Amino acid sequence: MSNEKGKVVPARETNIKLDPDKKIDLREILDGLENYHSPRRPWHWRDNRNVERKIGDFVYLETSESLKNSVPLPGSRGFGHIDPQPDCVITTEIASGRFEDDIRRMRMAAWQGADHIMVIRTAGQSHIDSLLEGTTQGIGGIAVTRKQCRATRRALDLIEDEVGRPINYHSYVSGVAGPDIAVMFVEEGVSGVHQDPQYNVLYRNINMRRSFIDACESKRVLAYGGMVQIDGAHNANATAMEAWKVMPELMVQHAINTRFSEKCGILAENIALSSVPPTAPPAPCMRLDLPYAVALRDFFRDYKIRAQQNTKYMESETREATVTHTLNMMISRLTSADIQSTITPDEGRNVPWHYFNVNAVNTARQALNGMDGLRTMVDINRDGPLGENVRELKERAILFMEEILEVGGYYDAVEKGFFVDSAEYPERNNDGIARELDGGIGVGAVYKRDEDYFSPVSAHFGYNNVPAEFDKPEDAIGGDTFSDPSKIQFIDELDEGDNVNVRLDELSKYDEHPNLIRPEVEFRSDGVVVLTLLLPTDERRAEYAAIALGEKLGLKECTVIHKQVMHPAEGTYIEMKGIVDFDIDLDTLVIPEKIETLSEKEVRADIQAKPMTIVAGTVGEDEHSVGLKEIIDIKHGGIEGFGIRYHYLGTSVPIEKLVDAAIETNADAILSSTIISHNDIHYQNMKKLHDTCVEKGIRDEIILVGGGTQVTNEDAVKAGVDAGFGRGSHGIDVASFLVKKRREMENEG
Amino acid sequence: MAERKSFEERRQHLAKMTDEELFQYFWELTDKVVEPMVQEGRENTTPAVERSVLLRMGFSSLEAAPIVNGVMERGLMGKGCGNIIWRLSKKLDMPYREVGVGLANGKYWDEVPGLFAEVAQ
Repeated sequence: MSNEKGKVVPARETNIKLDPDKKIDLREILDGLENYHSPRRPWHWRDNRNVERKIGDFVYLETSESLKNSVPLPGSRGFGHIDPQPDCVITTEIASGRFEDDIRRMRMAAWQGADHIMVIRTAGQSHIDSLLEGTTQGIGGIAVTRKQCRATRRALDLIEDEVGRPINYHSYVSGVAGPDIAVMFVEEGVSGVHQDPQYNVLYRNINMRRSFIDACESKRVLAYGGMVQIDGAHNANATAMEAWKVMPELMVQHAINTRFSEKCGILAENIALSSVPPTAPPAPCMRLDLPYAVALRDFFRDYKIRAQQNTKYMESETREATVTHTLNMMISRLTSADIQSTITPDEGRNVPWHYFNVNAVNTARQALNGMDGLRTMVDINRDGPLGENVRELKERAILFMEEILEVGGYYDAVEKGFFVDSAEYPERNNDGIARELDGGIGVGAVYKRDEDYFSPVSAHFGYNNVPAEFDKPEDAIGGDTFSDPSKIQFIDELDEGDNVNVRLDELSKYDEHPNLIRPEVEFRSDGVVVLTLLLPTDERRAEYAAIALGEKLGLKECTVIHKQVMHPAEGTYIEMKGIVDFDIDLDTLVIPEKIETLSEKEVRADIQAKPMTIVAGTVGEDEHSVGLKEIIDIKHGGIEGFGIRYHYLGTSVPIEKLVDAAIETNADAILSSTIISHNDIHYQNMKKLHDTCVEKGIRDEIILVGGGTQVTNEDAVKAGVDAGFGRGSHGIDVASFLVKKRREMENEG
Repeated sequence: MAERKSFEERRQHLAKMTDEELFQYFWELTDKVVEPMVQEGRENTTPAVERSVLLRMGFSSLEAAPIVNGVMERGLMGKGCGNIIWRLSKKLDMPYREVGVGLANGKYWDEVPGLFAEVAQ
């Protein structure tokens, strides 16, 4: 066991490097894959947790090392674009069905702060009595194969360099090929797995003896790999009719897999409970779920907690799923979580889409940041109903365990349908999942090891009659694949028609013409777009009206993915997806040059050092005022907030009056706004403003800015002013321009 | 079916235990529940276990499956598939990988029973 926690040097790609401004090249990832090897990758917890950390203006108590590259939360704009990384590992589950598209999504998720990337297996893989090979397309997940694992790990090796934090790659060791998969995972650098023989028994109807014997070997291999293991108890929660009643059983299932795993060699620190708060609103879930979370952490204090989100009550509304997720994370922060899982909020409606993975990761990042250090101010009060509930749950779990032994042990308990019974133990509804010891998939395929049984490999569990001449069993063959990866046999593809090369070739247009793009949610350029609608009619008619509308817009395969009554007659909210069958050619777009703005801090400092005054008004015969007020008003993030003094002259201001006011107040700039744009009146006004300033002899000393919804900078400058600001402009854009222009004029002067 | 005892009736022997005693008792019970399955794992093997051994020896999944099936057909799983390949390679004086690939392709099986004295008799 000496190399159980050996030093691992992560693989580092030498031929490929990612450029944040370029898409990952999947053909490069696939090229030479047969010779690529990512060494054993033990699980990685985030670095330097549990230390106070100053980030921006704040002190954080529950963070880890920041990333080298990331996309901060949208709200960070008001806080200097900080991106505090929570202390716990954050998971994202990716399952498009095409691993090459999964990889691109993994890169997006890593930039949003995910460092535990779980790939879901295609339906039916757990019933395959062997490893799968090649890169066939899956349904609701991918075929987890050696090539898929190796390509994904190779991409993740690059992505983790790009973001500056190791990424844990994760998949599943279940079914009737568990040990095979476990070995392949160690060989290919997988860091985390789901492994729980109870899952095979209860949900996959795999023979009990077979399942547990296989699990011994799998777990021994996982232990060698230093992987983190997550159990499968949360499935009882998802399966039970009334999930809040199965809490005692959940604790029993967690305990069985946990202690069984330890006896197979997995270190306690690498065993994580897949724990789900059992209920969700509108149930009073915090009062039900919190005692359970506390009881669990009491009994399992030596192990890790993977806080999974409740999916049992998830419908098609992404907002509702997000709130449940957030409440679940409040439990994580009030108790503890080592791995914070995220379920994409669209899981209740479809196979998860790119941006819902990102949304879920961001919900975690946002909630965990927001509740940073909450426990220093809020305590769990055990002197009351919570303490009583915790005690009761523990006692019920113990009684469950006692009865398992009373009836003869685990196998007998399963035969009697003890598990996934919908009643709260010790009550029984007799609707549990019962399995026969002599039944199920793989029954009979269990063989007693003879006295001279020998397996010449490392990380083998149980009896092994190693010949006396060898120190270690693998010495008999001169070392196995774990010590000599060159012995690994790489199978490229078995299906000529269904593999990644065929799929990449079908979409090669987008490689050859990177100027062409098409929207996507799941697969490359799948064309899926979503329309969000409020239709003023009842639910049923709204659905069909939405489809008619989509078809009229030219969308293909219109499908309503979410509908929600606002009022039985007044209106229905609809989200509808459809497919566009055309590309956008980026080369034909006229994209104005982007103007870089100064930071808010820099603008403020400049204005503080040298005050600035402006006059502003809507010119001509134009009564619009909203846009200009948003630019100048402190309440809307306008220039006043940066210390700029302004004189607002109102609407329909004659241009002469604006210029006179500027002279009178010795203003640095004039901001003129025109919303009305027919006959190019907005540009005519700008020209007149320029001309008037020239006439009055102040044009060289004053900055002129034109604004309005239809204004472009280019045309405004042509009309004679110094800058134009159109739709979507903010106070900072204008303030930044004013400061930069003033500096420029001072340098010239 | 007899009426099941209620939680209140069942919990009497737990009522006086401290939280720490409950903790210790819970894990004692768990140990008892899982130990028989761990023991089965020590003493038995399965096709998946043996395939995983062959993978570690450097055989592909496509090679491992027919080798394990051949061993099962001959009633020799109790010896260990890796053991058979290792012994056969010594007997034939050939690299073990070549021997295993041969077995996967239906070769050398006649030699296999002779590898074990009691099987050969």
